[in-house]
Amino acid sequence: MTKLRTPLGRMRGLGSAKDGTHHWWAQRVTAIALVPLLVWLVFNVVMLTGAPMISVAHWMGHPINAALLAALVVALFHHAQLGLQVVIEDYVHCEAIKIASLLAMKGLCWILAAIAVLSIFRISVLVVFFKG
Amino acid sequence: MASETSAAAKRARPLSPHLQIYKPQITSVLSILHRITGVALSVGTLLLVLWIVAVAFGDDGFYAGYMSFLRSGFGMLMLFGWTVALFYHLLNGIRHLFWDAGIGFDLETTRKSGLAVLAGTAALSVAVWAAALAAGAR
Repeated sequence: MTKLRTPLGRMRGLGSAKDGTHHWWAQRVTAIALVPLLVWLVFNVVMLTGAPMISVAHWMGHPINAALLAALVVALFHHAQLGLQVVIEDYVHCEAIKIASLLAMKGLCWILAAIAVLSIFRISVLVVFFKG
Repeated sequence: MASETSAAAKRARPLSPHLQIYKPQITSVLSILHRITGVALSVGTLLLVLWIVAVAFGDDGFYAGYMSFLRSGFGMLMLFGWTVALFYHLLNGIRHLFWDAGIGFDLETTRKSGLAVLAGTAALSVAVWAAALAAGAR
């Protein structure tokens, strides 16, 4: 990866986007993390099809499932946010609208990820107190 | 210096492929599909978040309402689209990771891996839906 960059660019450590290869690298890291996590999620969602809410709550509230689900949500929104950023940068040419839509999109991703992670935490806590 | 730059800028320069002129090829079609499915999956993530939130609220009525929405024709269509988009983006994403490692760049391999992604998407989508329908019918 470093071979693709000019010596001066490497010395400065940043490109024209001022974040070097960080965006590209973060997209790959989250992609690799999402492969096993999504296979795990799809398998479990299939298993939970038609199950009552209490069974789903017990599944989501299990410490290992809760941790994996939270990791999936964080990796997924990070990955989505990186991908949507490039789509907006490619197609929105008006600078003001571009910056506004980037901020709105990133804000929404952060909030949705926070809602999901806090919900998973809440389910984990409730499952401990209402076992059975 | 400034005039030289603007003169150079006015020279006929190579353009990006014109979509109206270029014949769609498997490589270009699968490439734009990766982006389209990526955007669709970002929106579709709302379904996953809503599922988690519905359980967190612990309201049986709300959860049952959300489930009956997902079981409706429109809900099933969205879920099926989500499944297809997920497997496409997942498999094509793995294809991209191989390219990032410098593997499978020649035209013939690219075409074959593209066809494999399409076949894999169809097979996995059908398999998951068969399993989910069987589980849901219990």
